[in-house]
Amino acid sequence: MTGAPNGSLRRRKRTDAAFRILAAVSAGIVLLSLLLILGTILWKSIPALNLSMLTRTPKGGFYLGKEGGILNAIVGSLELALGATALAFVLSLPLVLYLNSYKRRDSKTAVWTRFFLDVLWGVPSIVYGAFGFVVMLVLGLRASLLAGMLTVALLEFPIMSRAIDEVMSLVPRELKDASASLGATRFETAFKVMVRQTAPGIMTGVLLAFGRGIGDAASVLFTAGFTDRVPAALTDPAATLPLAIFFQLGTPFPEVQQRAYASAAVLTLIILAISLIGRALSRKATRHVVK
Amino acid sequence: MNGETPISIRGLSVYYGSLQVLKDVNLDIPARQITVIIGPSGCGKTTLLKSLNRLLDTVEGTRVRGSVILDGEDIYAPRTEVTRIRKKMGLLSQKPQVLPMSIFENVAYGPRLHGLRSKKALEERVAHYLRVAGLWDEVKDRLREPASTLSVGQQQRLCLARGLAVEPEIILGDEPTSALDPRSSQNVERRLLELKRDYTVVVVTHILRQARRIADHLAFLYLGELVEHGPAAEVFAAPKDPRTKAYLTGEIS
Repeated sequence: MTGAPNGSLRRRKRTDAAFRILAAVSAGIVLLSLLLILGTILWKSIPALNLSMLTRTPKGGFYLGKEGGILNAIVGSLELALGATALAFVLSLPLVLYLNSYKRRDSKTAVWTRFFLDVLWGVPSIVYGAFGFVVMLVLGLRASLLAGMLTVALLEFPIMSRAIDEVMSLVPRELKDASASLGATRFETAFKVMVRQTAPGIMTGVLLAFGRGIGDAASVLFTAGFTDRVPAALTDPAATLPLAIFFQLGTPFPEVQQRAYASAAVLTLIILAISLIGRALSRKATRHVVK
Repeated sequence: MNGETPISIRGLSVYYGSLQVLKDVNLDIPARQITVIIGPSGCGKTTLLKSLNRLLDTVEGTRVRGSVILDGEDIYAPRTEVTRIRKKMGLLSQKPQVLPMSIFENVAYGPRLHGLRSKKALEERVAHYLRVAGLWDEVKDRLREPASTLSVGQQQRLCLARGLAVEPEIILGDEPTSALDPRSSQNVERRLLELKRDYTVVVVTHILRQARRIADHLAFLYLGELVEHGPAAEVFAAPKDPRTKAYLTGEIS
């Protein structure tokens, strides 16, 4: 036995140990920041967090009001994000199925479509807000739940499409061939086989987009408006949680600032709840997935 | 032999890009017999099989010249309805590929596509073909479970039942036992031997012993060229072409 291989083994082991420490530190930092964010928000919101916060609309205006709650923003955000996510889904699923079952991976249409989706994904949400605002003016629409939904749907669409596209492109050709060889059309294979096979991934994509949509402030700033009331129609302006946080945090009054943290806590909890529900549904959908 | 030929391959050439994988193949497939296509890997066996139900359509950059006549109709004619062609053939792939649904739904999938709606008729159809595929006793109590929970050998027989359930005339097997253990392979071979009473069977294999066990008609493909074909007993006993002889004796593989 010579010394050189031993030395190199020692070096390899050292590298291994060093990397393990680095990985543990990274994981620790990520986990710690998450806990710190949650902890700060919850701790700061405790003074303002009570039942009427969840069940009442603000009294004395959303900007200066120290009474009442943020029901307007909770309902507004949920309606807006659900509507936008539904709209984005109706656009995304057919697009992704088209790309993955009618178009070859290297076709010009597919390559350019994926490129544009990537570009759209990177567009800042304030740009969507500005674009939505222009469209509203052209259509003669007021700042409203509907205008907000349409804008947020545009913001969510590329995220959802690309996320679903990633899992859809992993469907093995043999699976599509198996369906085709039974006499299925591409449409039948797409909706009966590919959708089932990728159901958990589709769910993840939808949740990702929903999270982005419900948490975004800039895109709804001009398009959904803000109001003290719970929206009663699609053409009414709608309050949203991110904007509630923005406005309340912008006041000089500590009591109102506390309410901003309560709003943030509610928003975080909604996203958490949706994620948990999504995970449960997704686990159920995994049952039939072919490995 | 009754002389029927449900499939006639005429002057078939297939190109992947600029690579020619099948060279002017002419072959008649006899009815209700097992035709086995043998040859070393990469010789175009699978391509030939996939050309029979136009699964080649889904492979990028493929060009097909020549014709495949199925029941008197050229399947590569522009007006031919591809789903109707595929309904006439059940395919067993190398690796069994179950659909992401329950055992029952896997078999019911094809019949449903082709318009069978009645629940009772579907149940009967599913049970019948699971029996034909020799799987019924093993799955009759768990029809609602995901098909992916079956063993690989069971999955291949499920694929057989699924293919038969659309009531095809022809069964295509693309090395259908290559992913299976010996027992399951034997089981699948036995099914194929039973099925040739009612169906025309075309099987691709690189296992010579399997070809000896099941083939009525043998075709030897080498480097994209159909070197020799004929009744299996004749080809095995007295190959005419030196390349066939070399392959059968294991000199080329």
